Amino acid sequence: MMRKLVSILTLCLLLGAGPAHAGVTLEAFKFNSKAEEQHFKDLIEELRCLVCQNQSLADSDAELAHDLRAEVYDMIQDGKNDEEIVTFLVARYGDFVLYNPPVKPSTWLIWFGPFVLLLIAAILLLRTVRRQKNTPATEITAEERARLDAILGSTPPEKDKQQ
Amino acid sequence: MTRYLRYLVPLAIFFVLVAFLYRGLSLDPKRVPSPLVGKPMPEFSLPRLQDPAATLSDTDLKGKVSILNIWATWCVSCRAEHEVLLLLAKTDKVDIYGLNYKDERAKAKQWLLQLGDPYVANAFDADGRTGINWGVYGAPETFIMDRQGIIRHKHIGPLTVDALNNEILPLIANLQATP
Repeated sequence: MMRKLVSILTLCLLLGAGPAHAGVTLEAFKFNSKAEEQHFKDLIEELRCLVCQNQSLADSDAELAHDLRAEVYDMIQDGKNDEEIVTFLVARYGDFVLYNPPVKPSTWLIWFGPFVLLLIAAILLLRTVRRQKNTPATEITAEERARLDAILGSTPPEKDKQQ
Repeated sequence: MTRYLRYLVPLAIFFVLVAFLYRGLSLDPKRVPSPLVGKPMPEFSLPRLQDPAATLSDTDLKGKVSILNIWATWCVSCRAEHEVLLLLAKTDKVDIYGLNYKDERAKAKQWLLQLGDPYVANAFDADGRTGINWGVYGAPETFIMDRQGIIRHKHIGPLTVDALNNEILPLIANLQATP
């Protein structure tokens, strides 16, 4: 009984959690080859929809995403290469459509920022480790040693006292 | 000095972070700046809304300061904006053209009949291809062009009386003043 329930639940999860964009629209497009279809899918995965801003053109069901997918499809059929297609979209919508922004002065911060932070962290870590190595282990004086012995040796631990 | 640095550096980083986050609060991620601003308007030639036999093209907008407003009857905020467009048309300071975007002709004509017509003329963009060339990603959007046909401003979202008084009208006056 329990087992059956678990398998039904698993099935439901599997059905519900399939790739979100599998059923959206790709069936409307006809491709000459599997490779061409894959090329189209890869390309629209890399492009961002302007309406649902955190979805790619492949994932979005927005009206504009439909239109832009059709536009990309037509350009592929016309034999345009990826660069031409991307240029076409960037000229109209800006770098925003790219999930992979180009490296240029205005994007240096996002491209190199993490590495700069990593470098700073590494330097700080190295300095701290070195400093600890260089400080000699401090010797305690005879007076301190005597006091330490007195504390450790003479008084029994608190717990024992209570028992 | 180095003793204070331990405290000052994290404090400085904290304030930089606060400044960025505070700025983020007043930014609208839905407003993606258009790369078309400062460039000549895209060429187009479309049938007119009112008279499908006649065409409206980019050359009709050139030689004067002009406005192209992208709208549709399915667009809810376009209705709110319509009042503002009528106000702007009444000032008689600029020719407003419309791009009726992915709409139905009968509905669009009905809309203008009911709500009033602020446009000099409307282009009928049934499949939205001209819209894509203009970088349209959600109606309403409004472009302002100078006499040479260079796009000088793009307003994303519905025009408001505020935007009209503080941005649009001053810009139009400015563009009218330059030959």
